[in-house]
Amino acid sequence: MSVMFSLAEPTSTWYLVLSAVLFGIGTIGVMVRRNPLIMFMCIELMLNAVNLSFVALSSQIANIDGQVVVFFVLVVAAAEVVVGLGIIVSIMRRRTTLTVDDMSGLKG
Amino acid sequence: MLDLVWLIPALPLAGFLLILLFGRILGEPRAGILATLMTASSFLVVVGVYFDLLSRTAEERHHVVTLFSWLPVGSLQVDMALLADPLSITMALFVTGIGSLIHLYAIGYMHGDPKFSKFFLYLNLFVFSMLMLVLGENLLVTFLGWEGVGACSYFLISFWHTRDSAATAGKKAFVTNRVGDWGMMVAMFLAFSSVGTLSYAGINAAADGGKLAAVTATGIAMMLFVGACGKSAQLPLYIWLPDAMEGPTPVSALIHAATMVTSGVFLLTRMAPVLHASYPWAGDVIATVGALTALFAATIAVAQTDIKKVLAYSTVSQLGFMFLAIGSGAYVAAIFHMVTHAFFKALLFLGSGSVIHGMHHEQDMRKMGALRKLMPITGFTFIIGWLAIAGIPPFAGFWSKDEVLLYAFANNRLLWLIGVITALLTAYYMTRQVIMVFFGEARWNDHAEENGAHGDHTPHESPWTMVTPLVILAGLSIVGGAMQLPFSKSTHFLEHWLEPVVHHSEVSISGTWAYSNKWLLLVVAIIIAVAGVVASIAVYAKGKFKAIEPKILADAWRYDSAVSAIVGGPGRAAFGGVAAFDAKIVDGAVNGIGTEVRAASGLLRKVQSGLVRSYAFVIGLGAVVLLAWFLLRGIL
Amino acid sequence: MHASFPILSALVLLPILGAILVTVISNKHLEYVKLIAMLFSVGVGGMSIWLLASFHSHDSGFQFVSQHDWVSSWGISWHLGVDGVSLFLVVLTGILFPLVILGVDPHHDHKRYLAWLLLLEAGVMGSFLSLDLFLFFIFFEIVLVPMYFLIGGWVYDKRVYAATKFFLYTMLGSAFMLVGIIATAVIARRDIGYLTFDLVTLAEQASFATNTGRWLFVSFAIAFAVKVPIFPLHTWLPDAHTQAPTGGSVILAGVLLKMGTYGFLRFGLYLFPEAAVWAKPVLLTLAVIGIIYGAIAATMQTDLKRLVAYSSVAHLGFIVLGIFAITSQSLTGSVMQMVNHGISTGALFLLVGMIYERRHTREIAELRGIQSVAPIFSAAFMIVMLSSIGVPGLNGFAGEFLILIGSFQSARWWTIVAATGVILAALYLLWAYQRVFHGEPDEANSSFAEITLREGALLMVFIGLIGFTGLYPKPMLERIEPSVDKLMEHVVSHSDYKAPTTPELKTPEVTTPESTKVEGH
Repeated sequence: MSVMFSLAEPTSTWYLVLSAVLFGIGTIGVMVRRNPLIMFMCIELMLNAVNLSFVALSSQIANIDGQVVVFFVLVVAAAEVVVGLGIIVSIMRRRTTLTVDDMSGLKG
Repeated sequence: MLDLVWLIPALPLAGFLLILLFGRILGEPRAGILATLMTASSFLVVVGVYFDLLSRTAEERHHVVTLFSWLPVGSLQVDMALLADPLSITMALFVTGIGSLIHLYAIGYMHGDPKFSKFFLYLNLFVFSMLMLVLGENLLVTFLGWEGVGACSYFLISFWHTRDSAATAGKKAFVTNRVGDWGMMVAMFLAFSSVGTLSYAGINAAADGGKLAAVTATGIAMMLFVGACGKSAQLPLYIWLPDAMEGPTPVSALIHAATMVTSGVFLLTRMAPVLHASYPWAGDVIATVGALTALFAATIAVAQTDIKKVLAYSTVSQLGFMFLAIGSGAYVAAIFHMVTHAFFKALLFLGSGSVIHGMHHEQDMRKMGALRKLMPITGFTFIIGWLAIAGIPPFAGFWSKDEVLLYAFANNRLLWLIGVITALLTAYYMTRQVIMVFFGEARWNDHAEENGAHGDHTPHESPWTMVTPLVILAGLSIVGGAMQLPFSKSTHFLEHWLEPVVHHSEVSISGTWAYSNKWLLLVVAIIIAVAGVVASIAVYAKGKFKAIEPKILADAWRYDSAVSAIVGGPGRAAFGGVAAFDAKIVDGAVNGIGTEVRAASGLLRKVQSGLVRSYAFVIGLGAVVLLAWFLLRGIL
Repeated sequence: MHASFPILSALVLLPILGAILVTVISNKHLEYVKLIAMLFSVGVGGMSIWLLASFHSHDSGFQFVSQHDWVSSWGISWHLGVDGVSLFLVVLTGILFPLVILGVDPHHDHKRYLAWLLLLEAGVMGSFLSLDLFLFFIFFEIVLVPMYFLIGGWVYDKRVYAATKFFLYTMLGSAFMLVGIIATAVIARRDIGYLTFDLVTLAEQASFATNTGRWLFVSFAIAFAVKVPIFPLHTWLPDAHTQAPTGGSVILAGVLLKMGTYGFLRFGLYLFPEAAVWAKPVLLTLAVIGIIYGAIAATMQTDLKRLVAYSSVAHLGFIVLGIFAITSQSLTGSVMQMVNHGISTGALFLLVGMIYERRHTREIAELRGIQSVAPIFSAAFMIVMLSSIGVPGLNGFAGEFLILIGSFQSARWWTIVAATGVILAALYLLWAYQRVFHGEPDEANSSFAEITLREGALLMVFIGLIGFTGLYPKPMLERIEPSVDKLMEHVVSHSDYKAPTTPELKTPEVTTPESTKVEGH
């Protein structure tokens, strides 16, 4: 049994790869999905992916600055969620079937 | 007395200001009396100055009175200064003298006109300007007077401004004169840049002393001549003078016969040294233009039916004679003819005004006739004027015309011939006018009913205010020739008097054939004049031959109408083209920039589609590009 | 020369204070608003006349200088000064504004109108007095905003288009100038050692390479060329003049346009003499084109106000001709003519405004025979018109003649062509006068009211100045000439331009010329 479980130690590379994958999923989600709530969640996903990569790199080079940045990002994400969700929810109250493509009132 | 030269223009100016302020209160006839008094007192001052000058020796007859510094800028130091010398005082004498007579006349002529005071306002302003013109010590003071008389001419020609023809005539006079003024201004620029001063003394001294290059002198002289052509109505700028007859007759007499139109002759005489220092062809140009104008206008006068138009064209013609004299170097003859012409032409115009007044404003000669009995004094004086202008001795016009022809002969035989033919025509058309107006059958009865006659329509003699000047001028026309009689050197009074001014430039003909045979030429002149009179009597009085009055002459060779057609047709179209060019193309370019910017921004606007997903896509794409650039920068 | 009372700063700041006060007072107390505006403008006018009286007439340098550091790290200072070139422009501004405020009624929105006018006065004063490039630019731009609102907020139908065009066009020109100003200061830092925007320091100590100087001159010239305006950058002028209310037009023609010509003198010739001499042929040509073209276009206008606007293009062409001929007489004549044009064209706009008040039309075709009905008004119009035509004895001739005789010495053929402008001026003005004033008045025109006492008093000031300056310009010329000569020396010493000289005047050898000076001056 121990032979089968000769798993490698999770190095920071693994975290970075995971972070990249999460970022990619988030980006594609933003670009592809039309429901504003889903797009928002994908943006959150992107932000957290970036957090993950900051933490991983910070532990890799043993510099605490990366983890400080994570705090910044968390705060900004929280603020952004508050404002953004508030706007989206108030728009969605009109018609729940609204997609992002219909909300083009700000076009030039 | 000489120090009081400034009083001469100041008195009419004071009259102008007084009438400006109190004209309405003064009313008729006090405004007219005031104006006449002012001009007459100015005449008295001129007489005083004249005697003062006479008491000096010939070399000292040159007195400058500086009033104040007018335009002092760097090397240009122009003063408001007046010059009293033989030439200017001669001019001032007849300007104020004849001016006073015409003022008196106008009191009678303008009787009943609602704008009576305004007329005298302008008349006094005119006399002031004319005096500044002739008394100026430098070209700029003369120019002040020059433009002043132009402006007053505009005011007076368009005096009855509710008449469109009068308004148009005034505008035409001013604009045409302005073309001449351009020439005079260029002459002033040339003079200043080559001599460094605008004063006559300075310029003439430079010309006499050989410091003025012939090229420059010619340029100045020719440009002055352009100015003279405008003011003195020579070809091709004479077109304003016939139209100027729209003004009241005193205006025609004063401005367009005796004074303003002689300004060009005066100016060239004043600048005689410059003309003398020019190339010889400059004088030839002046003489030729003068002669041709004289002939041209005389042919037109033969066919005119309006009593004033005949005299207008006659004025143009006589002015041509004066320029013929100047071009031939005979300045004294030119001034002589100017003075005698002032006498008899003013007389003729005032006489015609008297006729018009007596005929209740009828001006067509075909509707006149046999007026000699009904208007005896007018008729008698008009006849004297006629004899003077026709050149019948011993009246004034004969002596001056003979003098001009003498010098013309000595200069250029062809021009002399043109002058002789013109003299013939002059005698012819003036006789025609006298016959049509004063002799023959009365034709005014037939048209009385047509004009809606009311009351007694018989022509009547004019009041004493109008008749007195006629008598005085008639007297001057008889004896005026005495100032320059050709009998011997000692009778050349005018020549001696003007010698300080023109002696360097006056051509001397003592050695020529013309001089030795001047009696022959004199006899020729008499024969020509008599022939013209006789021919005219044969045609118009006796009816022996048919009258030759072709339409083209009545239409003034269609020169004026051609000019009007060009100005009104292609001229106006070209101007309109420029205005349209400005509105559509130049302004269009500006507006076009605005339109283009708007179009471009309309295109750019499309980038802002409002679709969040495309924004996100672009952000993503941008991020990828940036990343690639940073990565590849290290490698490449 | 320093004075204890900072009169120049007062001239600039007092109108701003007046504008603020006028804005603050509510619309309910309209009489107070008018009173304040009147007091401030008359006060500024009085101060400008005091300035004229205490100006030293034979001193060619800057007088009453006021200099304080402002943004010292960039070398921007509050530097004001007046000399012979700007003195009469300042006085003209000082007296034109109270006359407009007192004499012209805007009919509605008095408070805003007066506030904008006062702010405009501050801007114009500042432009004429600034000796610091940056300060000058600020005032130059300040002028645009009130003028935009004045054009766009009152009276006529196409006003918004005209106001916008005026604003954008002028601002585009000044954008180039801003680049030029900054570049000048930066490039000059090499020669001077520190960054400064001070005009006198830059002109005296900086020397630019030929090409650099020329580019910098061009950048300034574009701004001034739009302002003057010089052909072909002139098309904003007819629209702006026509659509502005009477008071706005008077100010626009009277002083605003002169900011451009003044700029050419003060900044073009003074800062970049070599480039100015290089640009001379082009600018002379454009000036002459402007004279002829403006006059021809004026002839064909159907709107009386537009005709006067185009005549301004023609008249300003003379001024530019005089500036770039660079001789003593032509420069003095130009400075003088700036003032003369302001007075006579300002008066013309007032008169046209009076016609509009009575007849509510500016179309020449609808006006006829006014002289029969209103002879005094017609006489006033005639006098002002003759001044514009350039009849000697009135002010227009004095300036024009000096310009022409001066320009003839260094730009002969240009002057000969330009002089034909006098023919055209007579043509378009007399033709317009004939159509409007001569002839029989029809029914609509018979009720044309004669001039009122207030209008007459207003016009008398203008006519008085027209007559006085025409007959006795000597005091004015005495004050202008020294500064102009100094400028010319500066140009001659900094470039290879040779000032033309007229021959030595020799005493005429005529028979004992006896001169008498009549008691007087």
